[in-house]
Amino acid sequence: MTAPQPMLDLHDVHTYYGHIHALKGVSITVNQGEIVTLIGSNGAGKSTTLKTISGLLHPRRGTVSLFDRQIGNQPAHKVAAMGVAHAPEGRRVFSRMTVRENLEMGAFTLGRVDAADMERVFTLFPRLQERVNQQAGTMSGGEQQMLAIGRALMAKPTLLLLDEPSMGLAPLMVEAIFGVIKDINKLGMTVLLVEQNALMALAVANRGYVIQTGHIVLADSAAALRQNEMVRKAYLGED
Amino acid sequence: MDFNLDLFLQILIIGITYGAMIALIALGYTLVYGIVELINFAHGEVFMMGAFFTMQVVLWVGVTSESATVAVVGALALALLAAMAFSGGINYFIDRVAYRRLRNAPRLAPLIAAIGFSFILQNIAIYWRGSNPVTPEAVIPLEIRSLNILTAWFGLDTNLRVRLIDFLVVLVTIPILIGLSWFVYRTRTGAAMRATAQDREAAALMGIDVNRTIGTAFLIGGALAGAAGMIAVYYLNSARFQMGFQYGLFAFTAAVLGGIGNLSGAVLGGFLIGIIWAMSDGFIRQFIPEWGAQWTPTVIFGLLILVLVFRPSGLLGEQVPDRA
Ligand SMILES: Nc1ncnc2c1ncn2[C@@H]1O[C@H](COP(=O)(O)OP(=O)(O)OP(=O)(O)O)[C@@H](O)[C@H]1O
Ligand SMILES: [Mg+2]
Repeated sequence: MTAPQPMLDLHDVHTYYGHIHALKGVSITVNQGEIVTLIGSNGAGKSTTLKTISGLLHPRRGTVSLFDRQIGNQPAHKVAAMGVAHAPEGRRVFSRMTVRENLEMGAFTLGRVDAADMERVFTLFPRLQERVNQQAGTMSGGEQQMLAIGRALMAKPTLLLLDEPSMGLAPLMVEAIFGVIKDINKLGMTVLLVEQNALMALAVANRGYVIQTGHIVLADSAAALRQNEMVRKAYLGED
Repeated sequence: MDFNLDLFLQILIIGITYGAMIALIALGYTLVYGIVELINFAHGEVFMMGAFFTMQVVLWVGVTSESATVAVVGALALALLAAMAFSGGINYFIDRVAYRRLRNAPRLAPLIAAIGFSFILQNIAIYWRGSNPVTPEAVIPLEIRSLNILTAWFGLDTNLRVRLIDFLVVLVTIPILIGLSWFVYRTRTGAAMRATAQDREAAALMGIDVNRTIGTAFLIGGALAGAAGMIAVYYLNSARFQMGFQYGLFAFTAAVLGGIGNLSGAVLGGFLIGIIWAMSDGFIRQFIPEWGAQWTPTVIFGLLILVLVFRPSGLLGEQVPDRA
Protein backbone atom coordinates (compact mmCIF):
# COMPACT_ATOMS: atom_id res chain seq x y z
CA MET A 1 0.00 0.00 0.00
CA THR A 2 1.30 3.43 -0.95
CA ALA A 3 1.54 6.22 1.60
CA PRO A 4 -1.60 8.36 1.68
CA GLN A 5 -1.47 11.51 -0.38
CA PRO A 6 -2.14 14.58 1.81
CA MET A 7 -4.67 16.88 0.20
CA LEU A 8 -5.34 19.40 2.91
CA ASP A 9 -2.99 20.32 5.69
CA LEU A 10 -3.54 22.82 8.49
CA HIS A 11 -0.46 23.52 10.53
CA ASP A 12 -0.66 25.40 13.85
CA VAL A 13 -3.55 27.57 12.67
CA HIS A 14 -4.63 30.50 14.84
CA THR A 15 -7.81 32.32 13.81
CA TYR A 16 -9.36 35.33 15.52
CA TYR A 17 -12.65 37.18 15.42
CA GLY A 18 -11.34 40.61 16.30
CA HIS A 19 -9.88 40.00 19.74
CA ILE A 20 -11.53 36.63 20.23
CA HIS A 21 -8.97 33.90 19.79
CA ALA A 22 -11.09 31.10 18.33
CA LEU A 23 -8.51 28.64 16.95
CA LYS A 24 -5.42 28.23 19.09
CA GLY A 25 -3.02 26.18 17.01
CA VAL A 26 -5.12 23.71 15.05
CA SER A 27 -3.30 21.09 12.97
CA ILE A 28 -5.34 18.77 10.78
CA THR A 29 -4.50 16.63 7.75
CA VAL A 30 -6.95 15.22 5.25
CA ASN A 31 -5.68 12.66 2.76
CA GLN A 32 -7.02 12.07 -0.69
CA GLY A 33 -10.09 9.83 -0.73
CA GLU A 34 -10.72 9.99 3.02
CA ILE A 35 -13.70 10.97 5.08
CA VAL A 36 -12.33 12.85 8.08
CA THR A 37 -14.58 14.11 10.83
CA LEU A 38 -14.07 16.99 13.23
CA ILE A 39 -16.17 16.64 16.36
CA GLY A 40 -16.58 18.91 19.34
CA SER A 41 -19.21 20.66 21.39
CA ASN A 42 -20.83 24.07 20.87
CA GLY A 43 -18.36 26.87 20.36
CA ALA A 44 -15.34 24.54 20.14
CA GLY A 45 -14.20 26.02 16.82
CA LYS A 46 -15.49 23.55 14.23
CA SER A 47 -17.18 26.06 11.97
CA THR A 48 -14.26 28.44 12.40
CA THR A 49 -11.92 25.71 11.16
CA LEU A 50 -13.99 25.16 8.03
CA LYS A 51 -14.27 28.91 7.38
CA THR A 52 -10.52 29.23 7.71
CA ILE A 53 -10.05 26.50 5.11
CA SER A 54 -12.54 27.92 2.63
CA GLY A 55 -11.17 31.46 2.92
CA LEU A 56 -14.09 33.15 4.67
CA LEU A 57 -11.61 33.73 7.50
CA HIS A 58 -7.83 33.99 7.36
CA PRO A 59 -5.46 32.62 9.96
CA ARG A 60 -3.39 35.14 11.84
CA ARG A 61 -0.70 32.48 12.32
CA GLY A 62 -0.01 29.07 10.84
CA THR A 63 -0.50 27.66 7.36
CA VAL A 64 -3.32 26.13 5.36
CA SER A 65 -2.13 24.09 2.36
CA LEU A 66 -4.16 22.48 -0.37
CA PHE A 67 -1.87 19.99 -2.11
CA ASP A 68 1.24 22.14 -2.40
CA ARG A 69 -0.40 25.54 -2.43
CA GLN A 70 -0.62 27.90 0.50
CA ILE A 71 -4.24 29.04 0.58
CA GLY A 72 -4.37 30.69 4.01
CA ASN A 73 -4.56 34.21 2.61
CA GLN A 74 -6.65 33.47 -0.48
CA PRO A 75 -10.16 34.94 -0.64
CA ALA A 76 -13.05 32.49 -0.56
CA HIS A 77 -13.92 32.72 -4.24
CA LYS A 78 -10.37 31.71 -5.20
CA VAL A 79 -10.36 28.76 -2.82
CA ALA A 80 -13.68 27.66 -4.31
CA ALA A 81 -12.14 27.85 -7.77
CA MET A 82 -9.38 25.48 -6.58
CA GLY A 83 -12.00 22.78 -6.00
CA VAL A 84 -13.00 23.24 -2.38
CA ALA A 85 -16.77 23.28 -1.82
CA HIS A 86 -18.08 24.31 1.58
CA ALA A 87 -21.67 23.54 2.58
CA PRO A 88 -21.87 26.00 5.48
CA GLU A 89 -23.61 25.69 8.81
CA GLY A 90 -27.28 26.62 8.65
CA ARG A 91 -27.67 25.62 4.97
CA ARG A 92 -27.47 29.15 3.56
CA VAL A 93 -29.34 28.32 0.36
CA PHE A 94 -30.34 31.27 -1.82
CA SER A 95 -33.87 31.59 -0.54
CA ARG A 96 -35.30 33.72 -3.36
CA MET A 97 -33.93 31.40 -6.02
CA THR A 98 -35.49 28.15 -7.16
CA VAL A 99 -33.94 24.77 -6.47
CA ARG A 100 -32.64 24.66 -10.02
CA GLU A 101 -31.09 28.12 -9.77
CA ASN A 102 -29.42 27.19 -6.49
CA LEU A 103 -27.89 24.12 -8.11
CA GLU A 104 -26.75 26.26 -11.02
CA MET A 105 -25.07 28.67 -8.62
CA GLY A 106 -23.22 25.66 -7.21
CA ALA A 107 -21.60 25.14 -10.60
CA PHE A 108 -20.51 28.79 -10.83
CA THR A 109 -16.80 28.00 -10.73
CA LEU A 110 -17.16 25.58 -13.64
CA GLY A 111 -18.63 28.28 -15.85
CA ARG A 112 -21.32 26.00 -17.17
CA VAL A 113 -23.93 23.64 -15.80
CA ASP A 114 -23.35 20.00 -16.61
CA ALA A 115 -26.68 18.19 -17.03
CA ALA A 116 -25.06 14.96 -15.82
CA ASP A 117 -24.04 16.63 -12.55
CA MET A 118 -27.58 17.80 -11.97
CA GLU A 119 -28.85 14.30 -12.71
CA ARG A 120 -26.42 12.92 -10.16
CA VAL A 121 -27.74 15.29 -7.51
CA PHE A 122 -31.30 14.28 -8.38
CA THR A 123 -30.34 10.60 -8.08
CA LEU A 124 -28.95 11.24 -4.61
CA PHE A 125 -31.88 13.46 -3.61
CA PRO A 126 -35.01 12.60 -5.64
CA ARG A 127 -36.94 15.10 -3.51
CA LEU A 128 -35.00 17.95 -5.12
CA GLN A 129 -36.11 16.86 -8.55
CA GLU A 130 -39.76 16.98 -7.48
CA ARG A 131 -39.21 20.50 -6.17
CA VAL A 132 -36.96 21.78 -8.90
CA ASN A 133 -38.98 24.95 -9.55
CA GLN A 134 -39.81 25.70 -5.93
CA GLN A 135 -38.34 28.74 -4.19
CA ALA A 136 -35.63 27.41 -1.89
CA GLY A 137 -36.78 29.61 0.99
CA THR A 138 -40.17 27.90 1.05
CA MET A 139 -38.77 24.38 1.46
CA SER A 140 -38.54 22.48 4.70
CA GLY A 141 -35.33 22.50 6.70
CA GLY A 142 -34.41 19.00 5.63
CA GLU A 143 -35.06 19.75 1.99
CA GLN A 144 -32.90 22.85 2.25
CA GLN A 145 -30.14 20.75 3.75
CA MET A 146 -30.31 18.37 0.78
CA LEU A 147 -30.16 21.38 -1.50
CA ALA A 148 -27.14 22.79 0.32
CA ILE A 149 -25.28 19.50 -0.12
CA GLY A 150 -26.46 19.13 -3.71
CA ARG A 151 -25.35 22.67 -4.47
CA ALA A 152 -21.88 21.92 -3.11
CA LEU A 153 -21.68 18.77 -5.24
CA MET A 154 -22.49 20.73 -8.39
CA ALA A 155 -19.00 22.25 -8.24
CA LYS A 156 -17.47 18.76 -8.66
CA PRO A 157 -15.18 19.56 -5.75
CA THR A 158 -12.01 17.66 -4.97
CA LEU A 159 -12.59 18.48 -1.31
CA LEU A 160 -16.04 18.78 0.25
CA LEU A 161 -16.45 20.57 3.59
CA LEU A 162 -19.72 19.77 5.36
CA ASP A 163 -20.74 21.73 8.44
CA GLU A 164 -23.31 19.80 10.49
CA PRO A 165 -25.27 18.30 7.60
CA SER A 166 -27.49 16.42 10.08
CA MET A 167 -28.56 19.48 12.05
CA GLY A 168 -32.28 19.67 12.62
CA LEU A 169 -33.11 16.57 10.61
CA ALA A 170 -35.37 13.67 11.52
CA PRO A 171 -33.51 10.41 12.30
CA LEU A 172 -34.46 8.78 8.99
CA MET A 173 -33.23 11.80 7.13
CA VAL A 174 -29.97 11.78 9.10
CA GLU A 175 -29.37 8.18 8.02
CA ALA A 176 -30.10 9.10 4.43
CA ILE A 177 -27.70 12.07 4.49
CA PHE A 178 -24.88 9.98 5.95
CA GLY A 179 -25.60 7.33 3.33
CA VAL A 180 -25.16 9.98 0.67
CA ILE A 181 -21.89 11.15 2.22
CA LYS A 182 -20.58 7.60 1.94
CA ASP A 183 -21.80 7.35 -1.64
CA ILE A 184 -20.15 10.54 -2.79
CA ASN A 185 -16.95 9.51 -1.09
CA LYS A 186 -17.04 6.25 -3.05
CA LEU A 187 -17.32 8.36 -6.19
CA GLY A 188 -13.88 9.71 -5.27
CA MET A 189 -14.65 12.84 -3.31
CA THR A 190 -12.64 13.68 -0.22
CA VAL A 191 -14.77 14.85 2.69
CA LEU A 192 -14.10 16.86 5.85
CA LEU A 193 -17.20 16.48 8.00
CA VAL A 194 -18.03 18.63 11.01
CA GLU A 195 -20.59 17.06 13.30
CA GLN A 196 -22.10 17.17 16.75
CA ASN A 197 -23.68 13.84 16.00
CA ALA A 198 -20.44 12.04 16.82
CA LEU A 199 -22.02 8.59 16.68
CA MET A 200 -23.01 8.91 13.03
CA ALA A 201 -19.90 10.86 12.07
CA LEU A 202 -17.55 8.23 13.49
CA ALA A 203 -19.57 5.52 11.78
CA VAL A 204 -18.88 6.90 8.28
CA ALA A 205 -15.44 8.48 8.79
CA ASN A 206 -12.01 6.89 8.35
CA ARG A 207 -10.35 9.21 10.84
CA GLY A 208 -11.40 11.86 13.29
CA TYR A 209 -10.22 14.84 15.31
CA VAL A 210 -11.73 16.14 18.53
CA ILE A 211 -11.63 19.89 19.06
CA GLN A 212 -12.13 21.66 22.40
CA THR A 213 -12.03 25.45 22.86
CA GLY A 214 -9.84 25.96 19.83
CA HIS A 215 -7.42 23.10 20.49
CA ILE A 216 -7.25 19.68 18.85
CA VAL A 217 -7.26 17.33 21.83
CA LEU A 218 -7.49 13.96 20.09
CA ALA A 219 -6.63 12.58 16.67
CA ASP A 220 -7.12 8.97 15.72
CA SER A 221 -8.84 6.47 13.48
CA ALA A 222 -12.61 6.57 13.73
CA ALA A 223 -12.66 3.07 15.17
CA ALA A 224 -10.22 3.98 17.92
CA LEU A 225 -12.14 7.18 18.74
CA ARG A 226 -15.34 5.16 19.11
CA GLN A 227 -13.61 3.15 21.82
CA ASN A 228 -11.99 6.15 23.48
CA GLU A 229 -13.14 6.72 27.05
CA MET A 230 -13.28 10.49 26.80
CA VAL A 231 -15.11 10.45 23.48
CA ARG A 232 -17.65 7.95 24.76
CA LYS A 233 -18.38 10.09 27.79
CA ALA A 234 -18.38 13.52 26.26
CA TYR A 235 -19.66 12.97 22.73
CA LEU A 236 -21.40 9.64 22.55
CA GLY A 237 -23.42 10.22 25.73
CA GLU A 238 -22.32 6.99 27.36
CA ASP A 239 -21.17 6.59 30.92
CA MET B 1 -66.49 70.53 -11.49
CA ASP B 2 -66.55 68.01 -14.30
CA PHE B 3 -63.87 65.40 -14.70
CA ASN B 4 -61.82 66.60 -17.64
CA LEU B 5 -60.66 63.42 -19.35
CA ASP B 6 -58.44 65.15 -21.85
CA LEU B 7 -56.61 67.01 -19.15
CA PHE B 8 -56.34 63.87 -17.07
CA LEU B 9 -54.74 61.95 -19.94
CA GLN B 10 -52.48 64.87 -20.71
CA ILE B 11 -51.20 64.98 -17.16
CA LEU B 12 -50.91 61.21 -17.13
CA ILE B 13 -48.51 61.46 -20.06
CA ILE B 14 -46.42 64.00 -18.17
CA GLY B 15 -46.50 61.69 -15.16
CA ILE B 16 -45.29 58.76 -17.18
CA THR B 17 -42.29 60.70 -18.48
CA TYR B 18 -41.43 61.96 -14.99
CA GLY B 19 -41.94 58.41 -13.81
CA ALA B 20 -39.49 57.03 -16.35
CA MET B 21 -36.79 59.33 -15.02
CA ILE B 22 -37.61 58.57 -11.41
CA ALA B 23 -37.67 54.84 -12.12
CA LEU B 24 -34.20 54.91 -13.67
CA ILE B 25 -32.82 56.71 -10.62
CA ALA B 26 -34.77 54.53 -8.18
CA LEU B 27 -33.25 51.39 -9.70
CA GLY B 28 -29.81 52.59 -8.66
CA TYR B 29 -30.89 53.07 -5.06
CA THR B 30 -32.55 49.69 -4.96
CA LEU B 31 -29.74 47.77 -6.68
CA VAL B 32 -27.22 49.10 -4.19
CA TYR B 33 -29.45 48.77 -1.13
CA GLY B 34 -30.45 45.26 -2.13
CA ILE B 35 -26.84 44.14 -2.20
CA VAL B 36 -25.03 46.12 0.53
CA GLU B 37 -27.93 47.60 2.54
CA LEU B 38 -26.57 51.10 2.08
CA ILE B 39 -28.68 54.14 1.22
CA ASN B 40 -26.33 55.70 -1.29
CA PHE B 41 -26.92 59.34 -0.45
CA ALA B 42 -24.61 60.36 -3.26
CA HIS B 43 -26.84 58.72 -5.86
CA GLY B 44 -28.86 61.87 -6.61
CA GLU B 45 -25.59 63.65 -7.33
CA VAL B 46 -24.44 60.81 -9.57
CA PHE B 47 -27.62 61.50 -11.56
CA MET B 48 -26.85 65.22 -11.60
CA MET B 49 -23.34 64.49 -12.86
CA GLY B 50 -24.87 62.55 -15.74
CA ALA B 51 -26.89 65.64 -16.65
CA PHE B 52 -23.83 67.90 -16.53
CA PHE B 53 -21.67 65.53 -18.53
CA THR B 54 -24.37 65.23 -21.18
CA MET B 55 -24.26 68.98 -21.76
CA GLN B 56 -20.47 68.83 -21.86
CA VAL B 57 -20.41 66.11 -24.49
CA VAL B 58 -22.88 67.99 -26.66
CA LEU B 59 -20.67 71.08 -26.35
CA TRP B 60 -17.61 69.06 -27.31
CA VAL B 61 -19.32 67.55 -30.34
CA GLY B 62 -20.45 71.05 -31.24
CA VAL B 63 -23.90 70.37 -32.67
CA THR B 64 -26.48 73.18 -32.60
CA SER B 65 -30.10 73.52 -33.59
CA GLU B 66 -28.83 74.31 -37.09
CA SER B 67 -27.04 70.97 -37.44
CA ALA B 68 -28.36 68.16 -39.60
CA THR B 69 -30.81 65.82 -37.87
CA VAL B 70 -28.47 62.84 -38.06
CA ALA B 71 -25.72 64.86 -36.42
CA VAL B 72 -28.03 65.86 -33.58
CA VAL B 73 -29.34 62.34 -33.10
CA GLY B 74 -25.81 60.96 -33.21
CA ALA B 75 -24.58 63.53 -30.70
CA LEU B 76 -27.47 62.80 -28.34
CA ALA B 77 -26.93 59.05 -28.57
CA LEU B 78 -23.26 59.59 -27.86
CA ALA B 79 -24.11 61.87 -24.95
CA LEU B 80 -26.42 59.21 -23.52
CA LEU B 81 -23.74 56.53 -23.63
CA ALA B 82 -21.12 58.94 -22.32
CA ALA B 83 -23.34 60.04 -19.43
CA MET B 84 -24.02 56.41 -18.54
CA ALA B 85 -20.31 55.60 -18.57
CA PHE B 86 -19.45 58.75 -16.63
CA SER B 87 -22.05 58.33 -13.89
CA GLY B 88 -21.44 54.59 -13.72
CA GLY B 89 -17.73 55.28 -13.38
CA ILE B 90 -18.27 57.81 -10.59
CA ASN B 91 -20.50 55.44 -8.65
CA TYR B 92 -18.03 52.59 -9.10
CA PHE B 93 -15.20 54.85 -8.01
CA ILE B 94 -17.01 55.94 -4.84
CA ASP B 95 -17.62 52.33 -3.89
CA ARG B 96 -14.05 51.37 -4.67
CA VAL B 97 -12.36 54.11 -2.65
CA ALA B 98 -14.85 54.56 0.19
CA TYR B 99 -17.68 52.09 0.72
CA ARG B 100 -15.60 48.98 0.07
CA ARG B 101 -13.18 49.90 2.83
CA LEU B 102 -16.14 50.43 5.16
CA ARG B 103 -17.90 47.17 4.33
CA ASN B 104 -17.47 45.78 7.82
CA ALA B 105 -17.64 49.09 9.64
CA PRO B 106 -20.75 50.15 11.59
CA ARG B 107 -23.54 51.16 9.23
CA LEU B 108 -23.30 54.84 10.01
CA ALA B 109 -19.79 55.05 8.53
CA PRO B 110 -20.65 54.40 4.87
CA LEU B 111 -23.77 56.53 5.25
CA ILE B 112 -21.69 59.51 6.35
CA ALA B 113 -19.22 58.81 3.55
CA ALA B 114 -22.14 58.89 1.11
CA ILE B 115 -23.31 62.26 2.40
CA GLY B 116 -19.75 63.50 2.07
CA PHE B 117 -19.54 62.40 -1.56
CA SER B 118 -22.85 64.03 -2.27
CA PHE B 119 -21.40 67.39 -1.16
CA ILE B 120 -18.17 66.79 -3.05
CA LEU B 121 -20.06 66.12 -6.27
CA GLN B 122 -22.26 69.20 -5.79
CA ASN B 123 -19.18 71.34 -5.36
CA ILE B 124 -17.55 69.86 -8.43
CA ALA B 125 -20.71 70.76 -10.33
CA ILE B 126 -20.63 74.36 -9.04
CA TYR B 127 -16.99 74.66 -10.03
CA TRP B 128 -17.84 73.20 -13.43
CA ARG B 129 -20.90 75.23 -14.45
CA GLY B 130 -21.65 77.63 -11.61
CA SER B 131 -24.46 77.59 -9.13
CA ASN B 132 -27.21 79.00 -11.35
CA PRO B 133 -29.46 76.84 -13.49
CA VAL B 134 -27.76 75.96 -16.76
CA THR B 135 -29.76 75.82 -19.97
CA PRO B 136 -28.45 73.19 -22.36
CA GLU B 137 -27.49 74.00 -25.94
CA ALA B 138 -30.81 74.06 -27.81
CA VAL B 139 -29.97 71.19 -30.12
CA ILE B 140 -33.61 70.23 -30.53
CA PRO B 141 -35.54 73.27 -31.79
CA LEU B 142 -38.60 74.12 -29.72
CA GLU B 143 -41.10 73.41 -32.47
CA ILE B 144 -39.64 69.93 -32.90
CA ARG B 145 -39.36 69.24 -29.16
CA SER B 146 -43.03 69.94 -28.70
CA LEU B 147 -44.25 68.48 -31.98
CA ASN B 148 -47.39 66.51 -31.26
CA ILE B 149 -46.61 63.12 -32.69
CA LEU B 150 -50.23 61.97 -32.38
CA THR B 151 -51.29 64.44 -35.07
CA ALA B 152 -48.00 64.84 -36.94
CA TRP B 153 -47.09 61.16 -37.27
CA PHE B 154 -50.29 59.27 -36.78
CA GLY B 155 -52.71 61.83 -38.21
CA LEU B 156 -55.05 61.49 -35.23
CA ASP B 157 -57.64 64.17 -34.72
CA THR B 158 -57.27 64.82 -31.02
CA ASN B 159 -56.63 67.51 -28.45
CA LEU B 160 -54.27 65.20 -26.63
CA ARG B 161 -50.62 66.05 -27.06
CA VAL B 162 -47.79 63.58 -26.97
CA ARG B 163 -44.77 65.72 -27.60
CA LEU B 164 -41.76 64.33 -29.39
CA ILE B 165 -39.73 64.89 -26.22
CA ASP B 166 -42.17 62.75 -24.18
CA PHE B 167 -41.87 60.06 -26.78
CA LEU B 168 -38.06 60.22 -26.70
CA VAL B 169 -38.01 59.81 -22.93
CA VAL B 170 -39.96 56.58 -23.19
CA LEU B 171 -37.96 55.50 -26.23
CA VAL B 172 -34.74 55.74 -24.22
CA THR B 173 -36.11 54.26 -20.99
CA ILE B 174 -37.79 51.10 -22.23
CA PRO B 175 -34.76 49.47 -23.89
CA ILE B 176 -32.69 50.30 -20.82
CA LEU B 177 -35.23 48.57 -18.56
CA ILE B 178 -35.34 45.55 -20.86
CA GLY B 179 -31.56 45.45 -21.01
CA LEU B 180 -31.30 45.60 -17.23
CA SER B 181 -33.78 42.81 -16.76
CA TRP B 182 -31.94 40.68 -19.30
CA PHE B 183 -28.66 41.39 -17.56
CA VAL B 184 -29.91 40.60 -14.06
CA TYR B 185 -31.90 37.47 -14.93
CA ARG B 186 -30.09 36.02 -17.92
CA THR B 187 -26.37 36.56 -17.49
CA ARG B 188 -23.76 34.94 -15.29
CA THR B 189 -22.81 38.27 -13.72
CA GLY B 190 -26.50 38.96 -13.09
CA ALA B 191 -26.84 35.63 -11.31
CA ALA B 192 -23.76 36.46 -9.26
CA MET B 193 -25.38 39.78 -8.35
CA ARG B 194 -28.61 38.14 -7.23
CA ALA B 195 -26.72 35.54 -5.20
CA THR B 196 -24.52 38.19 -3.56
CA ALA B 197 -27.60 40.24 -2.72
CA GLN B 198 -29.13 37.30 -0.87
CA ASP B 199 -26.17 35.93 1.01
CA ARG B 200 -22.75 37.40 0.53
CA GLU B 201 -20.82 34.64 2.31
CA ALA B 202 -22.64 31.85 0.53
CA ALA B 203 -22.02 33.64 -2.77
CA ALA B 204 -18.29 33.78 -2.03
CA LEU B 205 -18.36 30.04 -1.30
CA MET B 206 -19.85 29.47 -4.77
CA GLY B 207 -16.75 31.11 -6.25
CA ILE B 208 -18.25 34.56 -6.79
CA ASP B 209 -15.89 37.51 -6.41
CA VAL B 210 -18.13 39.46 -4.08
CA ASN B 211 -16.27 42.77 -4.22
CA ARG B 212 -16.24 42.77 -7.98
CA THR B 213 -19.92 41.89 -8.09
CA ILE B 214 -20.81 44.72 -5.72
CA GLY B 215 -18.70 47.03 -7.88
CA THR B 216 -20.72 45.95 -10.90
CA ALA B 217 -23.94 46.81 -9.08
CA PHE B 218 -22.63 50.32 -8.39
CA LEU B 219 -21.49 50.64 -11.99
CA ILE B 220 -24.88 49.66 -13.36
CA GLY B 221 -26.86 51.71 -10.84
CA GLY B 222 -24.71 54.72 -11.70
CA ALA B 223 -25.14 54.14 -15.44
CA LEU B 224 -28.93 54.12 -15.04
CA ALA B 225 -28.71 57.40 -13.11
CA GLY B 226 -26.53 58.80 -15.90
CA ALA B 227 -29.19 57.89 -18.46
CA ALA B 228 -31.79 59.61 -16.30
CA GLY B 229 -29.51 62.65 -16.13
CA MET B 230 -29.28 62.81 -19.90
CA ILE B 231 -33.04 62.57 -20.19
CA ALA B 232 -33.55 65.21 -17.51
CA VAL B 233 -31.39 67.76 -19.32
CA TYR B 234 -33.54 67.72 -22.42
CA TYR B 235 -36.84 67.06 -20.76
CA LEU B 236 -36.50 69.85 -18.21
CA ASN B 237 -34.35 71.97 -20.53
CA SER B 238 -32.33 72.93 -17.49
CA ALA B 239 -29.84 71.50 -15.04
CA ARG B 240 -28.50 72.67 -11.72
CA PHE B 241 -26.03 71.43 -9.14
CA GLN B 242 -28.89 70.86 -6.68
CA MET B 243 -31.13 68.91 -9.04
CA GLY B 244 -29.98 65.61 -7.56
CA PHE B 245 -31.56 66.40 -4.23
CA GLN B 246 -35.24 66.51 -5.15
CA TYR B 247 -35.04 63.82 -7.83
CA GLY B 248 -32.91 61.68 -5.57
CA LEU B 249 -35.36 62.03 -2.72
CA PHE B 250 -38.35 61.20 -4.89
CA ALA B 251 -36.51 58.27 -6.45
CA PHE B 252 -35.50 56.91 -3.08
CA THR B 253 -39.12 57.23 -2.00
CA ALA B 254 -40.12 55.33 -5.13
CA ALA B 255 -37.70 52.53 -4.28
CA VAL B 256 -39.08 52.25 -0.75
CA LEU B 257 -42.65 52.49 -2.00
CA GLY B 258 -42.13 49.59 -4.42
CA GLY B 259 -40.15 47.56 -1.87
CA ILE B 260 -36.46 48.33 -1.39
CA GLY B 261 -34.17 45.88 -3.17
CA ASN B 262 -36.96 44.89 -5.55
CA LEU B 263 -36.20 45.93 -9.14
CA SER B 264 -39.79 45.70 -10.40
CA GLY B 265 -40.80 47.57 -7.26
CA ALA B 266 -38.48 50.46 -8.10
CA VAL B 267 -39.94 50.74 -11.59
CA LEU B 268 -43.50 50.56 -10.30
CA GLY B 269 -42.74 53.04 -7.52
CA GLY B 270 -41.02 55.35 -9.99
CA PHE B 271 -43.99 55.50 -12.35
CA LEU B 272 -46.42 55.87 -9.46
CA ILE B 273 -44.50 58.77 -7.97
CA GLY B 274 -44.10 60.39 -11.38
CA ILE B 275 -47.84 60.19 -12.02
CA ILE B 276 -48.77 61.42 -8.54
CA TRP B 277 -46.27 64.23 -8.92
CA ALA B 278 -47.79 65.34 -12.21
CA MET B 279 -51.35 64.99 -10.94
CA SER B 280 -50.60 67.02 -7.86
CA ASP B 281 -48.82 69.68 -9.88
CA GLY B 282 -51.42 69.99 -12.57
CA PHE B 283 -54.66 68.09 -12.12
CA ILE B 284 -55.89 68.37 -8.55
CA ARG B 285 -56.31 72.09 -9.12
CA GLN B 286 -59.35 71.15 -11.19
CA PHE B 287 -61.15 70.24 -8.01
CA ILE B 288 -59.40 72.33 -5.38
CA PRO B 289 -58.59 75.74 -6.84
CA GLU B 290 -56.16 76.61 -4.06
CA TRP B 291 -54.08 73.52 -4.79
CA GLY B 292 -50.59 74.11 -6.11
CA ALA B 293 -47.33 72.36 -6.80
CA GLN B 294 -46.08 73.27 -3.34
CA TRP B 295 -48.27 70.49 -1.97
CA THR B 296 -46.63 67.80 -4.08
CA PRO B 297 -43.94 66.72 -1.61
CA THR B 298 -46.60 66.55 1.10
CA VAL B 299 -48.72 64.26 -1.05
CA ILE B 300 -45.82 62.04 -2.00
CA PHE B 301 -44.44 61.63 1.48
CA GLY B 302 -47.91 61.33 3.00
CA LEU B 303 -48.56 58.48 0.62
CA LEU B 304 -45.22 56.90 1.47
CA ILE B 305 -46.12 56.99 5.16
CA LEU B 306 -49.49 55.39 4.47
CA VAL B 307 -47.95 52.62 2.43
CA LEU B 308 -45.30 51.94 5.03
CA VAL B 309 -47.90 51.79 7.78
CA PHE B 310 -50.05 49.27 5.96
CA ARG B 311 -47.39 47.49 3.92
CA PRO B 312 -44.05 48.01 5.69
CA SER B 313 -42.12 46.12 3.05
CA GLY B 314 -43.49 48.15 0.15
CA LEU B 315 -45.94 47.39 -2.62
CA LEU B 316 -44.09 44.45 -4.19
CA GLY B 317 -42.13 43.35 -1.12
CA GLU B 318 -38.60 44.28 -0.12
CA GLN B 319 -35.68 42.08 -1.14
CA VAL B 320 -32.79 42.44 1.24
CA PRO B 321 -29.98 40.09 2.24
CA ASP B 322 -31.00 37.08 4.32
CA ARG B 323 -30.08 37.32 7.97
CA ALA B 324 -27.36 34.79 8.57
N1 LIG C 1 -18.64 36.07 14.17
C1 LIG C 1 -18.08 35.82 15.37
N2 LIG C 1 -17.66 36.84 16.14
C2 LIG C 1 -17.09 36.60 17.34
N3 LIG C 1 -16.90 35.38 17.84
C3 LIG C 1 -17.28 34.33 17.13
C4 LIG C 1 -17.91 34.50 15.85
N4 LIG C 1 -18.21 33.28 15.37
C5 LIG C 1 -17.79 32.41 16.29
N5 LIG C 1 -17.24 33.03 17.35
C6 LIG C 1 -16.66 32.39 18.55
O1 LIG C 1 -15.65 31.51 18.15
C7 LIG C 1 -15.72 30.30 18.88
C8 LIG C 1 -15.83 29.12 17.93
O2 LIG C 1 -17.06 29.22 17.24
P1 LIG C 1 -17.49 28.18 16.12
O3 LIG C 1 -18.64 28.76 15.40
O4 LIG C 1 -16.32 27.78 15.33
O5 LIG C 1 -17.98 26.96 17.01
P2 LIG C 1 -18.55 25.55 16.56
O6 LIG C 1 -17.62 24.52 17.06
O7 LIG C 1 -18.87 25.54 15.13
O8 LIG C 1 -19.89 25.49 17.44
P3 LIG C 1 -21.36 24.94 17.05
O9 LIG C 1 -21.35 23.48 17.24
O10 LIG C 1 -22.25 25.60 18.07
O11 LIG C 1 -21.66 25.35 15.66
C9 LIG C 1 -16.91 30.45 19.82
O12 LIG C 1 -16.41 30.80 21.08
C10 LIG C 1 -17.71 31.56 19.23
O13 LIG C 1 -18.35 32.29 20.23
MG1 LIG D 1 -20.57 25.51 14.07
